[in-house]
Amino acid sequence: MPGPMGKQKVVVKPKNFKKTAKKLFKEYLSQYKGRLLIVLLFTIASTVFTIVGPKILGNATTEIFNGLVSKFTGGAGIDFSVIGQILLTLLVLYIISTLFSVIQGFTMTSVVQNLTYKLRNELAQKINKLPMNYFDKKTNGEVLSIITNDIDTLSMNLDQSVTQVLSSLCTIIGILIMMFTISWEMTLISLIILPVSGILVGIIAKKSQKFFKKQQDYLGHVNGKVEEIYGGLNIVKAFNGEEKAIQKFKKQNDELYKAGWKAQFLSGLMHPLMNFIANIGYVGVAVAGGYFAINGRITVGNIQSFIQYNRQFTQPIGQIAQVSSMIQSMMAAAERIFEFLEEAEEVKTLNGITDTSNVKGSIEFKHVKFGYSSEKIVINDFNAKVKPGQKIAIVGPTGAGKTTMVKLLMRFYDVLDGEILVDGKNIKEFDRGELRKTFGMVLQDTWLFSGTVQENIKYGREDATDDEIIKAAQAAHVHHFIKTLPNGYKSILNEETSNVSAGQKQLLTIARVILADPKILILDEATSSIDTRTELQIQSAMDNLMKGRTSFIIAHRLSTIKNADLILVMNHGDIVEQGHHEELLAKNGFYAELYNSQFEDCNDEIE
Amino acid sequence: MLKLLKFLKKSVIAVLLIILLLWLQAWADLSLPDFTSKIVNEGIQQAALNPNEETTGFILNTGFQMLGVALVSMACAILIIFLSSKVAAKLGKNLREKVFKKVLSFSRSELTEFSTASLITRSTNDIQQIQQLITMMFRVIFYAPIMGIGAFIKVSTQSDNSMAWIIGVAILAILFIIGTLFIIAMPKFKKLQSLIDKINLVSREILNGIPVIRAFNKEKREEKRFDEANLNLKKTNVFVSRTMSLMFPLLMFIMNSIMILIIWNGGHGVDEGILQVGDMMAFIQYTMQILISFLFISMLSIMLPRAAVSAKRINEILETEPSIKDKEITKEFDSTKKGLVEFKNVSFRYPDADTEILEDINFTARPGETTAIIGSTGSGKSTIVNLIPRFYDVTEGEILVDGVNIKEVKQKDLRDIIGLVPQKGVLFSGTIESNIKYSDENMSDDIMKEAAQIAQATEFIESKSNKYQDKIAQSGNNVSGGQKQRLAIARAIAKNPEIFVFDDSFSALDFKTDSKLREALSTKTKNKTVIIVAQRISTILNADQIIVLEEGKVVGIGKHEELMKNNETYRQIALSQLSEKELGGDV
Repeated sequence: MPGPMGKQKVVVKPKNFKKTAKKLFKEYLSQYKGRLLIVLLFTIASTVFTIVGPKILGNATTEIFNGLVSKFTGGAGIDFSVIGQILLTLLVLYIISTLFSVIQGFTMTSVVQNLTYKLRNELAQKINKLPMNYFDKKTNGEVLSIITNDIDTLSMNLDQSVTQVLSSLCTIIGILIMMFTISWEMTLISLIILPVSGILVGIIAKKSQKFFKKQQDYLGHVNGKVEEIYGGLNIVKAFNGEEKAIQKFKKQNDELYKAGWKAQFLSGLMHPLMNFIANIGYVGVAVAGGYFAINGRITVGNIQSFIQYNRQFTQPIGQIAQVSSMIQSMMAAAERIFEFLEEAEEVKTLNGITDTSNVKGSIEFKHVKFGYSSEKIVINDFNAKVKPGQKIAIVGPTGAGKTTMVKLLMRFYDVLDGEILVDGKNIKEFDRGELRKTFGMVLQDTWLFSGTVQENIKYGREDATDDEIIKAAQAAHVHHFIKTLPNGYKSILNEETSNVSAGQKQLLTIARVILADPKILILDEATSSIDTRTELQIQSAMDNLMKGRTSFIIAHRLSTIKNADLILVMNHGDIVEQGHHEELLAKNGFYAELYNSQFEDCNDEIE
Repeated sequence: MLKLLKFLKKSVIAVLLIILLLWLQAWADLSLPDFTSKIVNEGIQQAALNPNEETTGFILNTGFQMLGVALVSMACAILIIFLSSKVAAKLGKNLREKVFKKVLSFSRSELTEFSTASLITRSTNDIQQIQQLITMMFRVIFYAPIMGIGAFIKVSTQSDNSMAWIIGVAILAILFIIGTLFIIAMPKFKKLQSLIDKINLVSREILNGIPVIRAFNKEKREEKRFDEANLNLKKTNVFVSRTMSLMFPLLMFIMNSIMILIIWNGGHGVDEGILQVGDMMAFIQYTMQILISFLFISMLSIMLPRAAVSAKRINEILETEPSIKDKEITKEFDSTKKGLVEFKNVSFRYPDADTEILEDINFTARPGETTAIIGSTGSGKSTIVNLIPRFYDVTEGEILVDGVNIKEVKQKDLRDIIGLVPQKGVLFSGTIESNIKYSDENMSDDIMKEAAQIAQATEFIESKSNKYQDKIAQSGNNVSGGQKQRLAIARAIAKNPEIFVFDDSFSALDFKTDSKLREALSTKTKNKTVIIVAQRISTILNADQIIVLEEGKVVGIGKHEELMKNNETYRQIALSQLSEKELGGDV
């Protein structure tokens, strides 16, 4: 019945029900064909047994009744051996039925859990295969919601809906047959309630849907308020805004309350109304049954069976109404999961170069053309030659496309035209993973995972010894800091690590790259979250790191890149100038302007 | 869970009424079988024994009575749902308000301890869970035992109570099964929650680390990490669902076996003449009704453990006392010392940290002067800023404002005289006006416009279609970082406080705006105490005193020229930023 669970929510319908259903069954559930067959057979079997039960039980009652009547009329009385036999058959029947439904439940659980396990893994693997530009369009929150919420909805609803649909259908059909075999007149009486309750379910579901939607909206407002105030609690407190925040919250909370109880009430109405209709049927059966029994057309036991059937009959009808909305939201969830899984992947390089141990680190850009979309070209015709061990700086104002170069090098994106060569070979010939391994990257946003400090540094090279890890940490000037942590290298870092500052996190990622010992280095605004003094301290370590490696440095602090072998000056997505520091200054062009501007007003940063 | 029920106190009358109605409904539902029994005993049986007697009228009459009783039952049920929806929604509303108020009273320590994200889920999802359960509670969880007890009383008080024990046995067996299954599954249920958290954590980490994972070619390692978490979740899930999937078949089995027992016993009763056939049939129906109401409880079995966890999480908030509270007797500020801030031997350590982040800090920030604080990342600059409005309490030493220890005054009074501009501009949904006027809604438009002017925000505000009435989305997500920052500065200026505190507030501005803003600000802050935390040396060159922090200690106080001469730390910071031009030589 829709009432008792009260978990009715706004039902989101899938865009293409048929396609999704087909895929779900053909590609996923078909792997569990055997087990699903077991579920099907055992559901039918256990339902059949449950349905036959009341009729046999009714026979026992009739036997007693007839025995009683015969006793009064001078007959033999109640024959307990017959009754005993009937009851024993019943007991066996019920034991088998219970066993069957337990087996069915266990099998279904294993199907559903294996399926969700598999889907979750597929999703996680898919993340790693998607091209980078996918994540420009979708937020992490959206993807996360697929892995958690949608998978949850799918597994919960699949488990319940499949079994319920099967057993409800079997029950309805089975009970109809049983009722007809007892008395068609009485069956008709029971059936009258069908359309009535169907219409009722429809009306109430529609009405309450409206209020549920309203409730959902207000809930969104309240949650939004909570998020905003908790997030800015410092400011609320600093400006003594607590009272004001509470007043506003109260108002929204009150609206939520009003919509909330109405939604609950309306959807809850379903239960007593259906119950009443069922009771009308019950009265009808009792009265008509009594009448027919007197006429001798049915037995007393038949009335009892009929009453039992009647009670069981209304239940599956309500269930099917509920299951249909469950299936809708399940399919909508499945659709989002499949859509994600069907997204185009990064093209795999077949037979790519997998041995990169001898890469020297020379890089050549030949007529490179690139744009995030074909209408908006970011890099027009870029040419440059980089010898192994050289230091290349990319400078320019924010939004000039500095990081684009790096993304192309690492094949996070592919060039539209032209080619990029590493050691004379087109990077498209390399196995993507191997190519990336030759690069060491330190980005502006640090990324550490929950685990120990040691594990995080080791991420660069899994087989590193403790000694090597400490050396890398020392080179990154983070060893001392690690030592001050409660558990040293074994300290756990987690999402809410509040005693590790942004700068220290960056130093840890630098240690990680130092340990990885890559051929080519990419430093993308790596020091912008570190204050200038700390930066100075680690500059020597960075210099050591860059020695003998081809390095790309993206920076907006120009002082750090003066000694680069090649400076690429970018503006509006184009390389406007290239050369080394003195050359560029002598040109008195964009670079010179950029360089001098940072000393006006003694300012070191260009926004 | 039980602790939260005290929030039902306000609705005591409604709850009592619900319970009364539940009894009434149980009575109605239980008396329906009596009528069937009447039809069989007095209608059919009589007709079978005395074929000449006319009993059709009696049967019809009984039918109408049954309809009446069914109507009563429905009316009760509707009233119960009406009341329980209201009670549950009210409970949710009250809880939400209580939790919200409580969180607003928390200091930064509690906030970091719980983490903002967790506080948000606790205030929203967890309360929603409880509200849903409470609605169900009255209709289903309360009803089943009432039905059980009612049926038991009814049967035992009847003239013939030889079979009452069967109902007793049925109820005990049901309780035993539900109880056992819960005892088995409950610990795993708790584990389930942490495993789900783990999966979420790993997924989030993978999503946030995509570039790094790809750069290190660690996709396989991450997939393995995910798989581990996934496998653990699957195993626990299988166990829990299987345990719970036992409930329904087992309860059905009990129901059916009890019926067999009733027929067997009843048959003998009928044979001995102490029981009528109709009574026996009524008996079967009582049992069915009781069992069906218990079956509904089993349907709630998924909700119960979840709600219990939610209840615990909500309680944790409600039971946490904010670590910073106003004293019972508070002092007033000395009004002659307009904005004097003194740090006396202040040390501070974060709640769970081993070492002090600030050690023995001494300085005085005077009205009419600008005090700048500079130092490396992690040197404790921002911590000082958090101590002044008392977001944290000092571990040792004292902070005096206008000559009074800030622990002695009301938090509200203290914060009234401070204008804080945080590192990241935080805005609230509303309009530009409501954000600038945040400190006082009744502020005049002139003050608001002047503040915007000083904060260099006029230009972009005027360019908006609705000017000051332009909408600001939740957390200010529809304006840029620089604009947010300027509005946050305008908000603090409009407050006209005695003490300005800028926590690295100019970093999101380009240097031209920065210098213009500081120039405009200097006239406004002429008689005020200004405390600036900065990264850029250029921002603080002209400060009246510069405090140099290193690893939580003050290593120098003075003006720029003095510090350049005699402070090594300061010189290093300056050298890393200032031009050769400024310093007259190569670096």
